[in-house]
Parts: sequence; C-alpha cells; structure tokens
Amino acid sequence: MLQDILVTGLVNGGVYALLAVGFSLIFGVARIVNIAHTAFYMLAAYCFYTLLVTFNLPVLFAAVVAVAAVTALSVVCYKLVIEPVREHESAVLIATIALALVFQELMLVAFGGNFLGIPSAVEGVATLLGVNIPYQRLLILVVAAAMLIGTWLVLYRTRLGLAIRATANDLEVASLMGMNVGRVAMATVAISVALASIAGVVVAPVFVVDPLMWLAPLVTMLAIVVLGGLGSLKGSLIGALIIGYVEAITVFALPAGAFLKGAVALSIMVAVLLIRPDGLFGVAFEEER
Amino acid sequence: MTNPLAFAVRQAWVNLKSEVFVLPSRILVLAWVLALLVLPLVYPDPYVLRIIIFTCLYAILAASWDLLAGYAGQVNFGHALFFGAGAYTSALLSLKAGLPPWITVWIGAAVATAVGCAVGTLCLRLRGSYLSLATLAFPLIAIGLLFAFPGFSGGELGVSGLKSLAATRTGNYYIAVLSMFACVFGLWKLANSNFGLVLHAIRDDEVAARASGINTPRYKLAVFAISALVAGLAGALFAHFIRIAGPSTLETALSFQVVIWGIFGGVATIYGPVIAVFTLYPLTDWLGSFKALGELRLLIFAVVVLLVLLFMPRGLSPWVRDKIETLCPRCKQRNGRWKPVCRLCGAPLKAVLAARSR
Repeated sequence: MLQDILVTGLVNGGVYALLAVGFSLIFGVARIVNIAHTAFYMLAAYCFYTLLVTFNLPVLFAAVVAVAAVTALSVVCYKLVIEPVREHESAVLIATIALALVFQELMLVAFGGNFLGIPSAVEGVATLLGVNIPYQRLLILVVAAAMLIGTWLVLYRTRLGLAIRATANDLEVASLMGMNVGRVAMATVAISVALASIAGVVVAPVFVVDPLMWLAPLVTMLAIVVLGGLGSLKGSLIGALIIGYVEAITVFALPAGAFLKGAVALSIMVAVLLIRPDGLFGVAFEEER
Repeated sequence: MTNPLAFAVRQAWVNLKSEVFVLPSRILVLAWVLALLVLPLVYPDPYVLRIIIFTCLYAILAASWDLLAGYAGQVNFGHALFFGAGAYTSALLSLKAGLPPWITVWIGAAVATAVGCAVGTLCLRLRGSYLSLATLAFPLIAIGLLFAFPGFSGGELGVSGLKSLAATRTGNYYIAVLSMFACVFGLWKLANSNFGLVLHAIRDDEVAARASGINTPRYKLAVFAISALVAGLAGALFAHFIRIAGPSTLETALSFQVVIWGIFGGVATIYGPVIAVFTLYPLTDWLGSFKALGELRLLIFAVVVLLVLLFMPRGLSPWVRDKIETLCPRCKQRNGRWKPVCRLCGAPLKAVLAARSR
C-alpha cells in the first residue's frame, strides 16, 4: 500500500502541477482568476478524443493538433471576451465562469453527457519498487516533468520569460520599460492554456472524458494554488505534490476515502491559510499592501 | 375635512407624489412591488407562481451575497454553504425532531448564522483572491462530509418528505414574496446606513479604515453573520418549498450562479442582484420550457451573460440607471433624465449645460 500511495501521489501531483503552474502564471501576470482554466483541459481531452477515435489519426499527431487548437482557441477567447473588460475585475471573473459554462454546454450538446473512454497511447505495465504501473501513468509523469522543466527554461532562460516575470513583478514599471504588457499577457495565456491542454491530453486515457470533468480538478487546482501562494510557481509545484499525496493517502488509508479526498485536501488548504494567510510561498503584491 | 382617514390618505398621496413619482427608478420599483402582490389574484397560473417563488428565494440569496461581496469586499465563492446550512438544518430538524416548519426555518437561519461566524473567523486574515478561493472550499468540505455519512444526511438523495409552510401554492407564493421584500428592503436599509458606510470603507482601504478607529474584524464578522442569516433563511424556505434538501443546495454551481447574478446586476447596490435574478432566472426557465431549447438553456444563459458584460461591464442596473437618470452636478442627487434643472437645488443639469454651450 505504501508503494501505491507513493506512485499515485506522484502521478496525480504531476498532473495537478501542470494545471496549477499555468493558473498561477496567468494570475501573476494578468491578475485574472481564470475559472475557465480547467475547461480548456476538458476541451483538449475532447479534441484529442475526436481526432484519435473518430478520425483515426496517429496518437502523437492528434495530441499535437489538440493542444495547438485549444491554445489558439484560448487566445481568441482572450481577445474577444476578456480583453474588452480587462479594467473591470469582477466582469473578468464572471466572464471566465461564463466561458467555462459555454464550453461545458457545447460539449454536452456535441457529445452528450456520456462518459467516453480513450484507448491508452502506450499499452503495457512496468514494475517499479514492486508496484505495477501502467505505461500510460508513467507517460503522464514523464510529460509532466518535461513540461515543467520546459516552462522553467522559458521563464528563466528567454527574453519572453524575462518579460513575463517582470510584468508579474510590477505591471506599471514593466510597461514604462517599453514592454508590450498586453502582448505579454496574451503570451502568458497561451503558455498557461497549452500546459492545461497537455495535461488534458495525457490524462484523457486514464480518466474518463465527460462534460463535467473540469469541475473536480478546478477545485483541487484552486486549493493547490492558494496553498502554495498565488502567483508563486515554486508554491504551485510543492502544493501540487502535497495535495497529490494527501489525496492518495486519504483514498488508500481511510474508509469512505473516495468521498472524503476532496474534503481532506481542502481542509489542509484552510489549515495552511490559517497559519500563513499568503500561502506557503505567497508573493506580496505591491498594490495590495 | 378633519376626517383622520382622509388626512392619512392625502398624506400618503403627497408622500408618494413628492418621493416616488419624481424618479423613474422609484416608479419602476413601486410598479414591481404592486405587480408581485396582485399577480396571484390576476393570473394564478401554478407554473408562473412556482417560477416566481424560486426567483424570490434566489433574489434573497443574491442580495445577501451583495452585502458581503459588494459592500464589504469579501468576495465569497462559497455562498451556497449558508444556503445549504439553512436548508439541511431546517429539513433535518423538522423530519427527525418533528418540529413544525415555522420554527425550524428560524433555527435553520440561526445555524447558518453560526456557520457564517465560523467562516468569517477563519477568513478574517485572508484578503482578495485568497479569500474568494478559500471560501470556495467550505461548501465542498460540507458535501464531502454529507456523502461520507449517508445514514444521517441521506447522501446524494438528500432529505426528502418535508412539510411545506403553507397548504396552498398561493400561500407559499405570498410567504416567498413577502420574505423577499422584508429581506431585500432590510438589507438595502442596512447598506445605506452608517454600517454600510463602514463596509464601503473596509472594502476600499482596510488599513485606512482601521486607522480611523474602526474595529474592522468585528465589522467583517458582523457582515458575515448577517449575510449568512439572510442566505440561510432563503435556504430553509427553499427546502420547505421544494420539500427536499439535497446536496444541490451546496454545489459549486450554485455558488457560481450567485456570483454571476451579483456581478451581472451590478455590485454594491443590493437591488442590482435582485434585478439580475428577476431577469435571468425566469428567462432561462422560460427558454428551457421550449423543447428544442431545453438542452441549450445553460448555454444561452452563459452567452447572454457574456454579451451583456461586453456592453455593460459595470452590470445591468447601473447602466440602466444612467440611461434614465442623471446626477445633479451640484448637490449629487438623482434626477429624471428629462428634467432641465435639479429637483432639489435648482442647479441646471448636465444635459442642459451641454445644450447651452453649443
């Protein structure tokens, strides 16, 4: 059981980290609490399903197209819906909620409320530390790690990353230094949604695909981001691992654990907030004193 | 001439003429109140009454959210917790302890107040987005507990078989409408009192408010308690009206719905969210009654919200109010759009000034 907990926690933590890091990026740069973040994750899973099962495209090609399409869609949505109301914070908030509902309902109309299964990209089971891990879960872990390292490289080794970090640090000064803050925000939206849709594509064969699949990870992701500190990437990563392991321990060790895993994870978040109101690695934002 | 009745009537008429008929928004409110009161006498269609009962109860919920989020700036993403606490307490007490619903509704509201105090205490140190996202967690923790102890809470099915408050549909209608008037008017009065002024100060700058000698934690706790009381009352009434208290009263979807109503109508107004509920809820329900559109109901709802936001980012009611009324530049009182001079201080209004300078 110990090995089960170790492996499940790591795999779930990796998926959560992909989601949470993207959410944290958007919040840091553009101060958007993007409720639709996991809706893009759902869209990517559906897109992948359509390309793979309906059109019988090769796995890798379908995955790349799905991620690219959803990322492009997110930029269009940002331009059409979020950008015009950017200065009204509350309007942005419900715009993202409404967007998520639109996606959910569109998928419901197009595919119905059924649970759809996707065949695994790679069949087979590996044995590690005496636990059987399907290759697909191993793939999730590898992809998550690769993407997190990639994000780190983009943020800390490129000019775009420098601009993103500068904008997150102080929007006005970044603007005064000649950065196109609007374009930086757009690039951040693209990166963050790309991470979410990659998560959606790799996770789809393990979980089932349905129009409500965005709600549960949304809540967990928000808990992770708050736990780690809003806008802090390190915090999101560590928070994701903490919540991933807490959920795994609850499911394997408690009776009725499957019902309680969300409640326990959220209670941990509340407990951390009571001790540290800015999360574990909270960034103190200038305008919020 | 000295007949006291005739005197009272004339007094009322004078008040009506000088206070209500001078502003288009007040005329609209009066018309809305009268329409709701006479509706069952004129058009007692059970479907329409049912929709308006739901609308009224959700309007109470949205207005209570506005006091907390709009005025005090504690943007609560888990307002369904208070609604659900009221609903479940009232349902369990009336079913397991056999108390009459007239009493359990108030106990439900009291328990919701206690829950509000608890959440408020936990959230005192949190601010801004942290508070919003942390409050999202509480109703989900509650749902987790309900599902883990299905013997007590009924699990996914909830607690069913409750008594309703009144025997007839019309009786239930009047209970819902009158409680809505009482709650909304009470919240509106409170929000426009000194208490509301302090809440504005806390939202705009908490440090400055504290520096001015305001005990901000106490005010924040009080506003959480009041908001939870009103929301819990709505939840308890709701449970007794549909005669079941299920986990749907605690769902994230309901919390999000409340946030959408509040912001769509215009925050920090109290009447804004009420207008939003009265626009959006019957609209979506009416659209859902068409067979072809039944599945698209939520989609249409979301698209309407998105489109309206693009044109009125501050919400529906401030936009409409600006169209039908202008602010006097000298005394800051509201005037009908058609008035050439301010009705109170006689200063020429903006439109007139603009025309003269041309």
